Amino acid sequence: MARDAIVAALLDPAGTLGLGEPAWDLLIRQGRRANLLARLAHVLNDAGLLERVPEAPRQHLRSALLMVERQHLAMHWEVNCIRLALAEAIQPVVLLKGAAYVMAGLPAAHGRTFSDVDVLVPRALLDQAESRLMIHGWQGSHHDEYDQRYYRRWMHEIPPMRHISRGTTIDLHHAILPETARVKVDNAALLGAAIPLDGQPGLFVLRPVDMLLHSATHLFHEGELGNGLRDLFDLDGLFRHFGQTPGFWEALAPRARALGLGRPLYYAIRYVRMLLDTPIPERVVEAVASFAPTGPVRALQDFCYRRMLRPHHASCRDWGTHPAALLLYVRSHWLRMPFFLLAAHLTRKAFTRPKLPKLEPGLGKDAGQEG
Amino acid sequence: MIISALPAAELDDRLQRGELLLDIHPFVARLRSDIPGLANDLASMYQGFEVLPADRFADFHVAVTRERGPRHWIKPQARFHFDGRPSFIPLPLHQAFAMLEWGLNWCVAAHSHQFLIIHAAVIEKGGRAVVLPAPPGSGKSTLCSGLIQRGWRLLSDELGLYDMESGLIHGMARPVNLKNASIEVIRAYAPDVVMTAPMPDTSKGTVCLMRPPADSVARRREAARPAWIVLPRYQRDAAPSMAHQGKARTFMLLAEQSFNYDIQGAVGFQAIGRLVEQCHCLEFTYSRLDDADQAFQALLAGEVG
Repeated sequence: MARDAIVAALLDPAGTLGLGEPAWDLLIRQGRRANLLARLAHVLNDAGLLERVPEAPRQHLRSALLMVERQHLAMHWEVNCIRLALAEAIQPVVLLKGAAYVMAGLPAAHGRTFSDVDVLVPRALLDQAESRLMIHGWQGSHHDEYDQRYYRRWMHEIPPMRHISRGTTIDLHHAILPETARVKVDNAALLGAAIPLDGQPGLFVLRPVDMLLHSATHLFHEGELGNGLRDLFDLDGLFRHFGQTPGFWEALAPRARALGLGRPLYYAIRYVRMLLDTPIPERVVEAVASFAPTGPVRALQDFCYRRMLRPHHASCRDWGTHPAALLLYVRSHWLRMPFFLLAAHLTRKAFTRPKLPKLEPGLGKDAGQEG
Repeated sequence: MIISALPAAELDDRLQRGELLLDIHPFVARLRSDIPGLANDLASMYQGFEVLPADRFADFHVAVTRERGPRHWIKPQARFHFDGRPSFIPLPLHQAFAMLEWGLNWCVAAHSHQFLIIHAAVIEKGGRAVVLPAPPGSGKSTLCSGLIQRGWRLLSDELGLYDMESGLIHGMARPVNLKNASIEVIRAYAPDVVMTAPMPDTSKGTVCLMRPPADSVARRREAARPAWIVLPRYQRDAAPSMAHQGKARTFMLLAEQSFNYDIQGAVGFQAIGRLVEQCHCLEFTYSRLDDADQAFQALLAGEVG
């Protein structure tokens, strides 16, 4: 399978030299739809090639980069506000995903866009954390009673909370997977191993191995891969960066086994190697082979993920795109809850007005915040 | 090639296939639509604009398409797409052309941070530009439409693209958006103007687009140096008055009326500072377009500011 233009450019920025107008046109489109335009700008800039990009596409790359720089600045501010609201009473407050990459200064944050801040707190302190956030100006969303119950009873997070004046969103988690998920993760072990964040007393991030496992778990339990390719590049960035830390590779498979997250680790390694050529030591590949699903399941997953871990653009679709999207959607619900609960939930959703997928920020003045 | 030189069938065909590249300098938009009549409005409103070959780079891939499904028999709707991504809310089919225009404005405002993008009308005469930044309801579009019928060149009725390095403002000289009562006001003031059919029941009321003057279109690549910042204020039956406005207040107004001031950071702060420094800052209260014509002539003659 030939690489998509955006993947080829990110893996080999020098290959963009000499691209013609139609090729740049496609590259900007794919980059935008995959939320990887700023990442491309960053990679080109690092390679000293940004100035050699033709003027018109360069303006889009620069704009995307500027936008991300502002988002990162805003993230620092936002995280500080969260710290002031929570850290005194809640221990530990762990930043997840994008927020963690930015605040820990990881290369995975380069050129990465955000829509919200994800935070993990101990289950026992969840109510307290929620009320402290409310006192400091965050308001709950999803006022529908069923949604509230659905979130609170079955999910691993409460409904997103939005700050009344800044308009920023926080996702407050008490676990990394839903209560009802087939895989039971030892969340206490994750919280217990979290490491303090420099310069932000009271705030923590997951330790490298756990951060990677969480990133993998999140991507490979997700039903709608709106940012699938971007998230795969996150994994690539984490593997490449943490791979240089002594002990990282050795700890990976045993920790995955202990937490019950072997399968997502297997998928992460399979698809970063297959799609992004991420260097993974052979002994690690062998170590995770025992987490692999059976042959037919693996073939089906390959069918799905080879299609869904691509930009959401017309140039990256084929006959299998829709079936793959549907399969992953069903699978994610299957993983998320037991059959009878799932049946009840989907029946209810079928008979109530379906929520439209959030595809585009409103065409208004505050537009441009991308997921 | 000029859009008007394209045979109707060819224009329609390119639009259907998504291969209509419209030069809206400093951008290129690639347009696709399957909505009957849209090609006509496009040819009429963008008369004098160039179309480019389909293999050129386009800044924005924009589509306005008919919604499928059973609903479309009862209530036909159109949806806007940007780079293949559908917008959240569809609009009634008869508003498709307005949707295209607003969609294009959004594309520019949300993705072109090489400029400080000011929500303002911009007009020019004798090499000097007037920036009319405006909160809604101030009569900015009406004033701008009137003045461009009296010899001012249209740069934009909505988006001032301020190049922070050169200090020049670009417009695109795209069609002017008229709302509600101002449609009749402009028809009466300049009976020769060409407008689209009125599109009722939009979120802004009844909307018409008006073809920009031919001379403005011919000179649309010429950026202009701003000399005045005038805050328009329509007030029923008011006598015309051109009053000085504090630089600090004008600064705040411009910052508030910019789409991407928050993204520009310190560079944006300094840019607005320089802009306000080099311009006469005024507030213009008016009720009649004839008064406005005179007041702006006086401005040009150096009698005010």
